[in-house]
Amino acid sequence: MAAPKTTTKPSTNGTAPKAEVAAKNERLSVLKTYKIYINGQFPRTESGRYYPLKLSNKEQINVCLSSRKDFRNSVSAAREAQEKWAGKTAYNRSQILYRIAEMLETRRAQFTEELVNQGATAATAKEEISVSVDRLIYYAGWCDKFNQVFSSVNPVSSSHFNFSSLEPTGVVAAIADQNSRLLGLISIIAPVIASGNTIIALASHQFPLSAITFAEVLNASDVPAGVVNILTGEIAELLVPFTTHMDVNAVYINTNNQQDKVTAETNAALNVKRVRIEASIDWNQPQNEDPYRILDYTEVKTTWHPIGI
Amino acid sequence: MPTTLKSYDPRFTPPVDQVSVEERCARFTTRSIKKSTKVNGLKLAMSMIDLTTLEGKDSEGKVRQLCYKAMHPHDSMPGVPQVAAVCVYPTMVRVAKKALKGSSIHVAAVATAFPSGMAPLQVKLDDTHYAVEEGADEIDMVISRGKFLQGEYNFVFDEIAAVKEACGKAHLKVILETGELSTLDNVRKASDLAILAGADFIKTSTGKIQPAATMPVTLVMLEAIRDYYYATGKMIGMKPAGGIATSKLALHYLVMVNETLGAQWLHPDWFRFGASKLANDILMQLMKEQTGNYQSLNYFSND
Amino acid sequence: MSKKQDKTPKTSLADLALDFSSGFKYEPAPESTSHVRIEKQYELFIDGKWVAPLQKKYFDTISPATEQVLSRIAEASAEDVDKAVKAARNAYENVWSKISAKERGKYLFRIARIIQEKAREFAVIESMEGGKPIRESRDIDVPLAANHFFYYAGWADKLEYAFPGKKANSIGVAGQIIPWNFPLLMAAWKIAPALAAGNTVVLKPAETTSLTALKLAEVFQEAGLPAGVVNIITGAGATGAAIVNHPDVNKIAFTGSTDVGKIIQKAIAGTNKKLTLELGGKAANIIFEDAAIDQAVEGIGNGIFFNQGHVCCAGSRLFVQEGVADKVIKKLKDRMKSLIVGDPMDKNTDIGAINSKEQLKKINDYLKIGVNEGAEIFQPACTLPKKGYFCAPTLFLHTSQSHRIVQEEIFGPVLAIQTFRTVEEVLEKANNTPYGLSAGVWTDKGSKIFNMTTKLKAGVVWANTYNKFDPASPFGGYKESGIGREGGLHGLLPYLSLS
Repeated sequence: MAAPKTTTKPSTNGTAPKAEVAAKNERLSVLKTYKIYINGQFPRTESGRYYPLKLSNKEQINVCLSSRKDFRNSVSAAREAQEKWAGKTAYNRSQILYRIAEMLETRRAQFTEELVNQGATAATAKEEISVSVDRLIYYAGWCDKFNQVFSSVNPVSSSHFNFSSLEPTGVVAAIADQNSRLLGLISIIAPVIASGNTIIALASHQFPLSAITFAEVLNASDVPAGVVNILTGEIAELLVPFTTHMDVNAVYINTNNQQDKVTAETNAALNVKRVRIEASIDWNQPQNEDPYRILDYTEVKTTWHPIGI
Repeated sequence: MPTTLKSYDPRFTPPVDQVSVEERCARFTTRSIKKSTKVNGLKLAMSMIDLTTLEGKDSEGKVRQLCYKAMHPHDSMPGVPQVAAVCVYPTMVRVAKKALKGSSIHVAAVATAFPSGMAPLQVKLDDTHYAVEEGADEIDMVISRGKFLQGEYNFVFDEIAAVKEACGKAHLKVILETGELSTLDNVRKASDLAILAGADFIKTSTGKIQPAATMPVTLVMLEAIRDYYYATGKMIGMKPAGGIATSKLALHYLVMVNETLGAQWLHPDWFRFGASKLANDILMQLMKEQTGNYQSLNYFSND
Repeated sequence: MSKKQDKTPKTSLADLALDFSSGFKYEPAPESTSHVRIEKQYELFIDGKWVAPLQKKYFDTISPATEQVLSRIAEASAEDVDKAVKAARNAYENVWSKISAKERGKYLFRIARIIQEKAREFAVIESMEGGKPIRESRDIDVPLAANHFFYYAGWADKLEYAFPGKKANSIGVAGQIIPWNFPLLMAAWKIAPALAAGNTVVLKPAETTSLTALKLAEVFQEAGLPAGVVNIITGAGATGAAIVNHPDVNKIAFTGSTDVGKIIQKAIAGTNKKLTLELGGKAANIIFEDAAIDQAVEGIGNGIFFNQGHVCCAGSRLFVQEGVADKVIKKLKDRMKSLIVGDPMDKNTDIGAINSKEQLKKINDYLKIGVNEGAEIFQPACTLPKKGYFCAPTLFLHTSQSHRIVQEEIFGPVLAIQTFRTVEEVLEKANNTPYGLSAGVWTDKGSKIFNMTTKLKAGVVWANTYNKFDPASPFGGYKESGIGREGGLHGLLPYLSLS
């Protein structure tokens, strides 16, 4: 959706708006409301709160300030959806991830405009979208292969057929790279859901818009409700619920902050969550996509069965 | 399988592979049923319906209206057969019998503390006796699923045999409640057990829980009936109940009967559908075949 | 349709029969063919363009169900093959090996998606030309073919993970020759991994089934696949030989009969060409008395009657444990009575047309041999269409390992049945064959399954199922059933050189 061309929004300091009278033949555009994405729907935050964001074109957007209750609802949705998502064939999941890539590619113009509006240049926007599409395709291609690479038939010493394969760990809570407008978010969502996990992701606080527009892409891509949930808000408020919720199996935090790291790892111990923490990186680099990011959110299941008559 | 035992031995029941059963069922659904095959199938399905009302809020008026519908499915379209039976709670049998007088439609009564079956044997027998005395032609009983899952097969067997005796001349349908039995192996066991204990019909479900009838459980039950036929020469009937609301699905079931048991079972004496919404869907399909136009429920009576 | 219990005393329980003939008669349900585009004549697809064969020779391709001509197909000479190889070489050196692996994969993803868009057209043409039932080409062949491209598309940029400690390099130009039993699927099995690994291709479809490969060429054009990456060269045995013998082909992949496979293996001796072969089979399908019998019977039928038995991995030797033999055979006969042999384009047909007159003759010859050898033949009553090439599903009972019909591959809907008593006995007999492509085991006991699968000398073992294929699952044979695997991670190996 195009950014509004004429605006009659109030300025942030509360003074009376200087309404621009639309010229006689100019059309007033409809402003977009940026909501959050939970269980396949776009509700506002249950807290009703927002934080303002100034865009490059001087517009102001009101971004949902998500609460821990939004997170709680997201976890319920993610848990509800997880069994069925994991129960799909790997081929089906790979087709859905490919479909997300198709949908993103077709909306290039919209995303370019939005990225530029959040401070990117046209060139970096173009590259970010291309790498994002290709990254989705990359992980789509892993869905039905990573188990072949990381599984094994184990030559045990007794007369048993023994095999190990990977299963998704369940529900993953993720705080995306705060310095990335889109690619950092996609680079954590794709490998997590490729194996059958479901995810709740907190977008970048300073660059939330494309995360929500990406949610629209997900919604159009046959991704079942609840598989991906996207919130906007503040790490300071949400870090504790993300890391203490007893029904979350694993947590990913992208942070450079040592205190946040300690908090996360300490809280994770409550229910022995698997924890992955990394600092902000350049997601364009090819070494920042690999199947080990899928492996990180899986469990190894080993089965024995006698060989005999 | 030994057929003269007065009890049931589970060792004689063959194992069942669920994945393979589901694949076979999927193949039934790809049969293309068109034109005269479709029309004949729809009419056959109609004649196999046990038109059912089993609600706590059933009243005499409701049952009378249902019976009228049973006898007059759609008077403006000639050639539509009447349903096979009306299925009601025992206290409604008398009303139904009276309302259906003069027609060949049977009255089936659910009994034995339907739907849960959680009552002592005497209560179940009294329930059965009452329904039979009120005039029921057929009794649909429920097995004790809890006892079955505990492995008390002889208990379940004896119960069925006792109810069969209480039925007198009435035909006995034994409801397995497949949705609670959890595995197809159990469905096959329960089928073999019920047949040995004296069932005239084996039936999938009470229709009160999900899942009700499915194609896989039905196939397994038909296979039990087939094996029994080959072992004894005796035919047993089968009734899937609940969840069959569309003609398309009903036709899939008929294809399944056609290719599993053959022509002998394609008759209301040996195969029934426990359904209520199905009747109108069949009427709509028949009308569509006649006129070429897709139909609306507004044009078919809702009784 | 009978009503009450038939009270007439039966002479014996053994005479009881189910009536599968007077029930539902399914009306013809023909698949629509009006939306399908088949050209009157096809040229060769070389270097991204349609090019007439140099000697201007063409041959007819017909429908084996109606014997009508569907199209005229170009016959490639050795010179045409040379052009194609040159185009493939040029594309390999200058284009395909220069494109990033990621982009290579994206071409394959495009191809997979376009096949899905055109799925119905592909299915219809496959059945029209090949004879297999539309239900099978629609529900199995075409979806699997698209899936195959989709699966291998994802490998293109992940080869570094496939073989630990080794760098995966492409080989060059692959010459591929495919059979008539799964024309589109075999094309997918060959082309997808070859391209994903970075090679270019010259492919020859079987002469009785060229159309879907040629339609695939249209898909390559639509997907923007660079010219010369895949070349489709139609023709018969001589064309195939020209591909095998061409000095600039680095790798040969052949699926077909064991006899021709051996000829090819000899022909390339000393040339350094890499080779994979997918040849014939005579698979043992084994039912134990503790099997889920009804489902096993379904699996037996599926194992031999799927695709009219034109399947290299068909379960053509049934071994049934003696204690349940009578029961199994009775159920198998019952099951066969509801199989519909007929027009491949009818959605209700289970067994379509035999692919060619020649093949039908071969099958009928084997039926005569079987009868002469003293085996008891059973065929359900069915009316075969008057035109076209059709064969009823057939059982041969009371056979043994010494019967020719048990040793030799018939490649038709003909099942030879033997009984056995112990696990050791059936293992010995199952492995007692120069073939080793596939086998089936039916038992409810897990440890027995793993014991059997460990000891059966076959490249694919199906336990409590049969004829299951997936692009992620490697397929190929032991012994004279072939060399190499197709599908899965292992299916990449034949198209890579590891350093």
